[in-house]
Amino acid sequence: MTLYALSGKIKITESLGQILVDFEFIEKFTPMYLEAARLTVLIGAAGIVLAAAVGLLCALVKYYRVPVARQIVSAYIELSRNTPLIVQLFFLYFGLPKAGIRLSSEVCGIIGLAFLGGSYMAESFLGGLTSVGKIQLESAESLGLRRHQVMNLIVIPQAGAVAAPAVCANVIFLLKETSVFSAVSLADLMYVAKDLIGMYYNTGEALLMLVVAYLALILPISVIFAILERRLRRGRS
Amino acid sequence: MGGAEILFIGNNFARLLEGLWVTVRISLISIAFSLVLGTALGAAMTVKNRAVRAVCRVYLEIVRVMPQLVWLFIVFFGITKLTGLNLGGETSAVIVFTLWGTAETGDLVRGAFQSVPKHQRESALSLGLTKFQSYVYIIFPQALRGLIPNIINLSTRMIKTTALVSLIGVTEVLKVGKQIIDANRFEYPNAAIWVYAAIFFMYFAICFPLSWAASRLAKKSRKSD
Amino acid sequence: MPETEHIIDINGLVKRFNGTAVIDGIDLSVSKGEVVVLIGPSGCGKSTLLRCINGLEPIDAGTVTLHGEPVVHNSRNLYKIRQKIGMVFQSYDLFPHLTVLKNIMLAPMKVQKRSKEEIRAEALKLLERVGLSDKAESFPSELSGGQKQRVAICRSLIMNPEIMLLDEITAALDPEMVHEVLDVVLDLAKNGTTMLIVTHEMAFAKAAADRIVFIDGGVIVEESEPDEFFTAPKTERAKKFLKTFTYSR
Repeated sequence: MTLYALSGKIKITESLGQILVDFEFIEKFTPMYLEAARLTVLIGAAGIVLAAAVGLLCALVKYYRVPVARQIVSAYIELSRNTPLIVQLFFLYFGLPKAGIRLSSEVCGIIGLAFLGGSYMAESFLGGLTSVGKIQLESAESLGLRRHQVMNLIVIPQAGAVAAPAVCANVIFLLKETSVFSAVSLADLMYVAKDLIGMYYNTGEALLMLVVAYLALILPISVIFAILERRLRRGRS
Repeated sequence: MGGAEILFIGNNFARLLEGLWVTVRISLISIAFSLVLGTALGAAMTVKNRAVRAVCRVYLEIVRVMPQLVWLFIVFFGITKLTGLNLGGETSAVIVFTLWGTAETGDLVRGAFQSVPKHQRESALSLGLTKFQSYVYIIFPQALRGLIPNIINLSTRMIKTTALVSLIGVTEVLKVGKQIIDANRFEYPNAAIWVYAAIFFMYFAICFPLSWAASRLAKKSRKSD
Repeated sequence: MPETEHIIDINGLVKRFNGTAVIDGIDLSVSKGEVVVLIGPSGCGKSTLLRCINGLEPIDAGTVTLHGEPVVHNSRNLYKIRQKIGMVFQSYDLFPHLTVLKNIMLAPMKVQKRSKEEIRAEALKLLERVGLSDKAESFPSELSGGQKQRVAICRSLIMNPEIMLLDEITAALDPEMVHEVLDVVLDLAKNGTTMLIVTHEMAFAKAAADRIVFIDGGVIVEESEPDEFFTAPKTERAKKFLKTFTYSR
């Protein structure tokens, strides 16, 4: 530690050395990161699934122009899209207990992600639904198909294909947004990294493991989505 | 669940606004840098040279793949550790948001240029306009029309994301809020709900008009197509 | 009295859009086996009339009946009536996510619940009839406009409709494709399919129609046999309209 008093140049080489060398630290704390990654994935997946459900419901309300509910959905979408997730989480985690609603960090994370993601998902689904032209509906109806048949056989298959890329992009976006969960004391990847930096000053290793963990989470999903999207587009044209 | 007065006791409200200004200032500076650098990046992404395009693409993907908060950690903790320079939270934030904003702006600029149909350029040239004139009178105005709403949307995204800087020690609105809550813990035990609700609506008050304007402009530009 | 068995009966039909009457009191009947061609200037209400017959639009006054059963927009049993009315639209409205064969087989399978083998055989026969046997497994995006419209006709025919409504089915086609589609329709006409057709192709109207109905301003202005209508129209408005199809220097 006395080295830190010396010139910047020496510090650089020393720090670089540390990044490359201190495998012991990495080995020791890998289980912590794995546990944190597991938590991130679990809470993230639950939040994203819930967001998709909220989004589908909102999209259907807007698509069928359900009175009153439609206005509520529009207001929700604006509130959700125009505020940061971290502020939404602070309100849920620190604010709501004062109104007698006490939620755990995990539940806050899931609800927060669903509140944020619901609006993004709603717009993607709605984009898909409205992409199916009126003439498609009319010709399906004039063949004698019933309302639900038109929806299931004509609208959903086409809308799904149109909405899929946007929904995939939302999934990745929301997965990245989970990184703020540490702000409400959820022991996720950021939380572990910050903890280790604060306790041991092994900044390089802690950050390296953080980056690797997020890459391991996000890259495979991005690649799978890209392949699916390409296949979908090829099937279409 | 009373206690809404907490917002208006002393200079609490002004303090919250000051805290908000810290994040808004970070966003504004980053947006300004991003516009300049991003336009250059966007131009670079449309050149014929494949190597240049590949480098730009790689930069874009690297910036995008990681959550912004991770980048904030890397710059704030990593750079300090690596160089001994203490950048401070605000400077780190401006660096990260500029790097990110540049990448996203670049991609938007590229998209805007490529959205102008080829025949527009061809018919401009066939009317006898020079290449330069065809850019100034035909390409730029059309590209800009689609670009502006996207840039506004990016700006709202950046303003929302700057709320993260409280996590790297910058005293902004969330921190100020916490200070107010802590200082009044006994007289106003319910302060948290009011303070965080206020902050929620402060962000909404900034971002909503921007996204509203963006969607209006986008609708208008679509209609005139 | 078999010769006057009416399929469609329209009585005093009025349809308004934002207060303006697009159809302003029309009475019209179509008998079994009859081919009626509606002509008239753009915006005269021909297409709206077809849409009302299929219950796609709510009507403001009058009645539309199929075999005496009223056709009412958004009514519960509308889907049952629609099975008996085939409709082909101006724009290519095939379902893009289904192959040609599946486009044709969808409704008989899901609506009439007929056996798959039976429908399949019939669909292939129809495709052969319109000269598209080789396209059964193609997707709509691989077809030309004319081919799409021929498939759309098959898709309606397979339901064995009592009447076919054709709404300017060649208006969006390139000129060289118009013929291949109208040939199919002429063939149907010859074989006794009941049809109500809106078209701007005058030569085709003359060849296909048993009766020409000239509509202008939301009302029927003239109704006559095709030969009579095209050679000696009774009204000034019809004369003026027919003149727009000739050129002179």
